Amino acid sequence: MSIDVAINHRLGGFTIDATFRSGAGLTALFGRSGAGKTTVVNAVAGLLRPEQGRVTVDGQVLLDTQRGIVVPPHRRRIGYVFQEGRLFPHLSVRQNLGFGRWFQRHQHRFGSFADTVELLGIGHLLERRPGSLSGGEKQRVAIGRALLASPRLLLMDEPLASLDEARKAEILPYIERLRDAFGLPILYVSHSVPEIARLATTVVVLADGRVERCGPPAALMADPDLFPLMGRHEGGALLAARILAHDPIDELTELEVTGGRLWVPLVEAPIGTQLRVRIRARDVILAAAPPVGLSALNCLPATVVEIGALDQPIVDVKLVSGDDFILARITRRSLRVLALEPGRPVHAVLKSIAVGRRDIGRDEHLAEGGSGKD
Amino acid sequence: MLQLSPEEWTAVALSIRVAGWATLLSLPLGIATALLLARRRFWGRELLNGLVHLPLILPPVVTGYMLLLLFGRRGPIGSLLEETFGIVLAFRWTGAVLACAIMAFPLMVRAIRLAVEAVDPKLEQAAGTLGANRLWTFATITLPLILPGVIAGAILAFAKAMGEFGATITFVSSIPGETQTIPSAIYALIQVPGGESGALRLTAVSIAVAMAALLASEAVARLVARRIADR
Repeated sequence: MSIDVAINHRLGGFTIDATFRSGAGLTALFGRSGAGKTTVVNAVAGLLRPEQGRVTVDGQVLLDTQRGIVVPPHRRRIGYVFQEGRLFPHLSVRQNLGFGRWFQRHQHRFGSFADTVELLGIGHLLERRPGSLSGGEKQRVAIGRALLASPRLLLMDEPLASLDEARKAEILPYIERLRDAFGLPILYVSHSVPEIARLATTVVVLADGRVERCGPPAALMADPDLFPLMGRHEGGALLAARILAHDPIDELTELEVTGGRLWVPLVEAPIGTQLRVRIRARDVILAAAPPVGLSALNCLPATVVEIGALDQPIVDVKLVSGDDFILARITRRSLRVLALEPGRPVHAVLKSIAVGRRDIGRDEHLAEGGSGKD
Repeated sequence: MLQLSPEEWTAVALSIRVAGWATLLSLPLGIATALLLARRRFWGRELLNGLVHLPLILPPVVTGYMLLLLFGRRGPIGSLLEETFGIVLAFRWTGAVLACAIMAFPLMVRAIRLAVEAVDPKLEQAAGTLGANRLWTFATITLPLILPGVIAGAILAFAKAMGEFGATITFVSSIPGETQTIPSAIYALIQVPGGESGALRLTAVSIAVAMAALLASEAVARLVARRIADR
């Protein structure tokens, strides 16, 4: 499975010149609004014809302006979940879901109607019309509709952007299941760091119409150069973890990461489940000696590897703990008082409650180190 | 007094036949024109728009006279039609159908165009990504969504065709049983002494038909709108 995209297109005074390659799993197109993310996915879907470009999915050429190949959208077999759902208002949920099946040849079909409805938990909505659904329900139906057309690639353009936090939390697990259970490659547009930290197998960072970086999320998240793009508050590290034990009395779950163990608020998943945990740089405290008498439950031994720019009162410190990178954001004064420098051992202290529910996602792949770096 | 005479019945039946055919035959063209004007940007779009609306603004007698010039037996199109297909329009009820269709066309196109403009093209894009080609997208998404406008436009066109007078009488005259529709019959009746009661009866029929058409158009549009409503 591979997706190759090379697009050159002018929109007003703005030029998009994006080239990337990705593989299986979920590829996140990340960038601020106006970075050209939607233009890229529209070109992949065939809704926009770029001035110059080449798009191949699984070796099949969908667009090649040099050779004059432009496959029309309805023949691309690329599912598209739009930001606003775009359900057909005159059709029931059942008819919306079945729409793509009409046009699909049987040999391409995967996933039965019943399975998809079950996966998305929309069985009780089938006879209703889109107008009477909540935002979260609409989006799940839109995902089901795209899936049932049996696409070879699924595009999702900020599918959660119009939803509140509770609805987002409702849909995220379904997207994880699509990625892991269906094995469907997904191109996912987002400007939300938490979503990408939780979902992405590969991240393509777009800025001003250009591909700034492309790689596995753990590496990109730990890159202080990308902090300005991600927003000062959201930057941090992504760790692969496994559930070791649950403590039902204190309602905590113990995770194993490569650098040690972490207690986080109870995760409702069986022991042994692979997870990914995002740790924001600003939530990490550094200690020169093992701390005592602290309320924070987690303390990972680590080594300083890199210290960020010193021209600001706040400094990003990159640590290595086990096989993982952790980022800590501390004041310049703390840096001086602790006399931190590369190679120096420290202890990274983290409050359990700093890890929220939305920072923890299921993941079978992250532990293998991601894929599709190019 | 309220009983229609056989001649009056003939005029009513002819009017319904003419208006019905005029509406049916112009409907596909009306939908196509509305789609073209609402969705496409092409050279001559304003010209086409003007041409469609011209019969609404021109004196009907001018439209009728132009039809006579073009579709008369010696006119360029009329003679061609007669030679190749043996179709004669001038002074026939089929000519009345043409005149009524042209006069009602702007009303039909306007109603449908408004409906087309209200349809979000993004829904059609979504249908495309689900595998529907343009024709299927039109049949399953666009047409059902513009249906209220299409029905309203058709009923409006039908009512307009029922009442068309100037262009019809100029193009096909007023031959009882062949081209004498309700308005021509009323006009003929008020020209002769003692025709007032007949004219009055046909006037009542005209008002009833027009009113019924308007109410039906509203009711059907509301019904369809509720079926596809965003609820």
